[in-house]
Amino acid sequence: MNTFASALPGAFRKLDPRLMWRNPVMFLVEIGAVLTTAIAIAEPFTGRAPSGGAELAPSFTVGIAVWLWITVLFANLAESVAEGRGKAQAASLRQTRTSTAAHLVDGRELSSADLTLGDEVVVVAGEVIPGDGDIIEGIASVDESAITGESAPVVREFGGDRSAVTGGTRVLSDRIVVRITSKPGETFVDRMIALVEGASRQKTPNEIALNILLASLSIVFVIVVLALNPLSSYAGQPASVPVLVALLVCLIPTTIGALLSAIGIAGMDRLVQHNVLAMSGRAVEAAGDVTTLLLDKTGTITYGNRRAVEFVPVGGASETELVDAARLSSLGDPTPEGSSIVELAGGSAAMTANSTVIPFTAQTRMSGLDLADGSQVRKGASSMVIAWAGSAPDDLEPVITRISESGGTPLVVARDKQILGVVHLKDIVKEGLKERFADLRAMGIRTVMITGDNPLTAKAIAAEAGVDDFLAEATPEDKIAYIRTEQEGGNLVAMTGDGTNDAPALAQADVGVAMNTGTSAAKEAGNMVDLDSDPTKLIDIVRIGKQLLITRGSLTTFSIANDVAKYFAIIPAMFAGVFPGLAVLNIMGLHSSASAILSAIVFNALVIVFLIPLALRGVKYRAVSASSLLGRNLLIYGLGGIIAPFIGIKLIDLVVSIIPGF
Amino acid sequence: MTVLFFVLQLVTIAVVIGLLYRPLGDYLAYAFTTSKNLRVERGFYRLIGVTPESEQNWSAYLRGVLAFSAVGILLLYALQRLQQLLPFALGFPAASEHLSFNTAISFVTNTNWQSYSPDLTFGYGVQLVGLTVQNFVSAAVGLAVAVALIRGFSYRRSGTIGNFWVDLTRGVTRVLLPLSVLTALVLVATGVIQNFAGFTDVTTITGGTATIPGGPVASQEAIKLLGTNGGGFFNVNSAHPFENPNPVSSMLEIILMLAIPFALPRTFGRMVGDHRQGYAIAAVMGVLYIASASLMTWAELSSGTMEGKEQRFGIIGSTLFGTTSTITSTGAVNSMHDSFSPLAGGMAMVNMMLGEVAPGGVGSGLYGMLVVAIIAVFIAGLMVGRTPEYLGKKIGAREIKLASLYILTTPTLVLLGTALSFAIPAVRADVEGTSIWNPGLHGFGEVLYAFTSAANNNGSAFAGLTANTPWFNTALGVAMMLGRFLPIVFVLALAGSLAAQDRVPVTTGTLPTHRPQFVGLLLGVVVIVSALTYFPVLALGPLAEGLQ
Repeated sequence: MNTFASALPGAFRKLDPRLMWRNPVMFLVEIGAVLTTAIAIAEPFTGRAPSGGAELAPSFTVGIAVWLWITVLFANLAESVAEGRGKAQAASLRQTRTSTAAHLVDGRELSSADLTLGDEVVVVAGEVIPGDGDIIEGIASVDESAITGESAPVVREFGGDRSAVTGGTRVLSDRIVVRITSKPGETFVDRMIALVEGASRQKTPNEIALNILLASLSIVFVIVVLALNPLSSYAGQPASVPVLVALLVCLIPTTIGALLSAIGIAGMDRLVQHNVLAMSGRAVEAAGDVTTLLLDKTGTITYGNRRAVEFVPVGGASETELVDAARLSSLGDPTPEGSSIVELAGGSAAMTANSTVIPFTAQTRMSGLDLADGSQVRKGASSMVIAWAGSAPDDLEPVITRISESGGTPLVVARDKQILGVVHLKDIVKEGLKERFADLRAMGIRTVMITGDNPLTAKAIAAEAGVDDFLAEATPEDKIAYIRTEQEGGNLVAMTGDGTNDAPALAQADVGVAMNTGTSAAKEAGNMVDLDSDPTKLIDIVRIGKQLLITRGSLTTFSIANDVAKYFAIIPAMFAGVFPGLAVLNIMGLHSSASAILSAIVFNALVIVFLIPLALRGVKYRAVSASSLLGRNLLIYGLGGIIAPFIGIKLIDLVVSIIPGF
Repeated sequence: MTVLFFVLQLVTIAVVIGLLYRPLGDYLAYAFTTSKNLRVERGFYRLIGVTPESEQNWSAYLRGVLAFSAVGILLLYALQRLQQLLPFALGFPAASEHLSFNTAISFVTNTNWQSYSPDLTFGYGVQLVGLTVQNFVSAAVGLAVAVALIRGFSYRRSGTIGNFWVDLTRGVTRVLLPLSVLTALVLVATGVIQNFAGFTDVTTITGGTATIPGGPVASQEAIKLLGTNGGGFFNVNSAHPFENPNPVSSMLEIILMLAIPFALPRTFGRMVGDHRQGYAIAAVMGVLYIASASLMTWAELSSGTMEGKEQRFGIIGSTLFGTTSTITSTGAVNSMHDSFSPLAGGMAMVNMMLGEVAPGGVGSGLYGMLVVAIIAVFIAGLMVGRTPEYLGKKIGAREIKLASLYILTTPTLVLLGTALSFAIPAVRADVEGTSIWNPGLHGFGEVLYAFTSAANNNGSAFAGLTANTPWFNTALGVAMMLGRFLPIVFVLALAGSLAAQDRVPVTTGTLPTHRPQFVGLLLGVVVIVSALTYFPVLALGPLAEGLQ
């Protein structure tokens, strides 16, 4: 209720015709309200015109005028409430934008507002980063809670895919040099503010199309109403202007016309609630249409790290020997894979004194330990370990093949140039993904896993995760090529990415979600940014896009279906004075002509308010096939839209009929 | 008993139309897609300088349609104005300017509204060279536009939508001409006359004299019905025993009107490569047809009389013919719709107000239905969470704009035309004084019927109205012209923008447009859109009259 009250001033401000005319349906209602108000004021002096040969209640015109204004206000209220939700967020973002001092590398000092493209600034612990940019020197932990709402600090460093920093965030430790990548007034925060406030909101293609349809329907009804009096002047008795205005307002699709922009704003807002920033409403709509989802294997489908799941001794070595050697070889290995081996092997993680750690290098592709007693333990890629050992037992090869085929990574373990066995490292597929992919399949969306693994491994993981296709040993070029092929077949592709080398693919994809941790290039190329940097969120984004479209369609259906009942209320009321036979159409048994017309108008206004929460929340979306989704929504909003006003208008009529004169 | 009789007739029609659906639809698809040209066609293409292999973009196609029709209107106008100079004029003088204007447009737009008594106005010259030729080519234009729209759906990333001159030619040489010859022979077999005898004076058995007209009736009858034209050889149209001698010929004529419009969905299904899509469209048309025929028959059986009906057809034979004729944009009559009970007469209007889509005119019925389908898909498509698509083509702002304009056109013409007839004082005086014979609600219904019939290119009339006046000839002429060509402009533009698109692949997330669910949805949209538009005027006319 509070949100409604705070949105009310905005609703009045929006009565300005210069703003109203952008919404043709509601603009028509406003014109009708002005016209009826003028007549209501003139009536005491000029006398009331009869309508359809009957006298209507004295307060009828005033009642219609008041409720028409209320209808317009309710529509504006819907938009204001939707905008209000973003306002609070914008206010907190504005605080981060307060100008701070920026120390340039060359010693100058500038206000953050004056920074331009290419400036290089130094930021040390405790300072606020003055603008968006990439780190070109150093490493720092950064508090990004102002933007992401996440209180844990994140690490940002030069090089790699975590080099981007956002203006307004605070450096907690160390010192970095940042090259500014945004122009003043066009920073990430600026864009975010504009987005959540709805200031930069442009109508999306589908919204434009729907508006055209609604405007056309309105034109038809304007013609219907304009033609009515010349006709009834011959065939019956002409209706009065307030009655005609009431008929017009009831017929034009006011419900959807009133809620359309609120639905759009709420859709963007729902994304913001999910910590996703869409750079355009178009992208949100496209998300609903996505037919192919490209997902990175690591971090999205599987947990980032492989884990040891099995020890397989070979060449007559005992399992104990192997386990012991594997544990030793991993003691000095800080990687998650290494610790998972130690964990699986059990035993203490303490290293014996005087042993030397042999770290993993890209050249040796092995790591291990040289013990104090001179014995050497190694583990690593099979080819390298075999080369180091000089020979391999016969039963090694089948084991390696078996592990590879199952999607695992074999690590060969050797001690003193004797191969003892293999550690089976496995990608662990995240829980519940298989079900989500099945949902997506039901929604008509193909999932494709992108991985740098070899095809054999990729195939096994793809099967385990339940994705529809995979792209193995993928280079950035492969990704773009894959996206292009899909698009040529008419598919809409969504993907996530964070690295600079993802940027071209992000730009090529119809929906490109850049991770907030990613580089500025990636963020620039995508049309959405995920502040949580959670690639799985792509699925939520698709859902939100669909929900937006469904809400629009359902309320349009509801709005049009409503007209049936309104005709049954108004037509007999308009003509029954001349043609009593038409009273059989008054199937609701409404009290009088005046009460029937007023009740229809009141219902028309109230239904807008009742539907504001639905417009903001969105119609519930289920991951089922299109035809069962349509069946369900047609039943609720189509059939419901026909029935609901019959009940609503009747109930309102019972109240209106108490008013004297009606 | 009457119910059984009605059901049996309806079943007969359904069975015959069902049997024709596949072969005729497939043949139409073949006729418009084959790359082979007949010798006579090649000769014609050389004559008019057309390369049959080269396709046109939508605006060139449209220019072809408009230019061809404009020439047709001018020629027909000239023929009527110069009738006295023509051979076989039977001594008739030139027609008046406004009548010639109206008739020229009427026949070129496939409406065949007749403000005059044909057997007392035009000789065989105008009938054969002017009207009969237009009966063929105006229907062929409708077919061509429908086929162009289908190509919009079936083509991918194409700048063209076919060649108008080729489609027009093939519509005549491969479809309408051969079918007409065939059906004319069958009609003659049922007793329809075919001669060049002119008027024969005879002495009747009571000793009086009578003048019996003759003429090439069967040949004109065939194309009148096959091409959903409806312009009769005689004033009373298919109620005349020379045009429609018995119940068998009447049933045959009903089937002729329905044959091509009902087969076109099959053509559509075949050309877009999915027969189920054709069945869905045909199902919508079929359900509407059966519902409409049942309603009109019920209304007429419960309160109608035999006034204005032929004994040899009876009530059911009359309402079935009336339904068929008004719902196919033919406009032929075998009974006087003006004498139907108000609600049955109202049903005739409703049939036209549906937009002539169930199954509608030759070609125009299919393209009208596909445009409504686009609107239905747009709203329903949103409800499945996708930006809408029909047969893989995205329905965006441009498509919706064109479809909306299409839907807007005829109601605007009907309502404005009717309203102006009463709103302009001088016109109103003329309408009330000269044209309306039955003042009050019924007279209003007659004017409404006239504009509904003209704007929807149906051509049937509530016969009580004298329409051969400057106002009606002109206003109805304009309504017919705009009611025909504005929609064609929008349909061809739509075809162009659809053809240019790629096809979005079908997934489980795509709204299926071949299931009963979609059939129901499309039915609902057709009914609700026209009901919302016309409910107030229907309430003032037939409803108020019928519920008195």
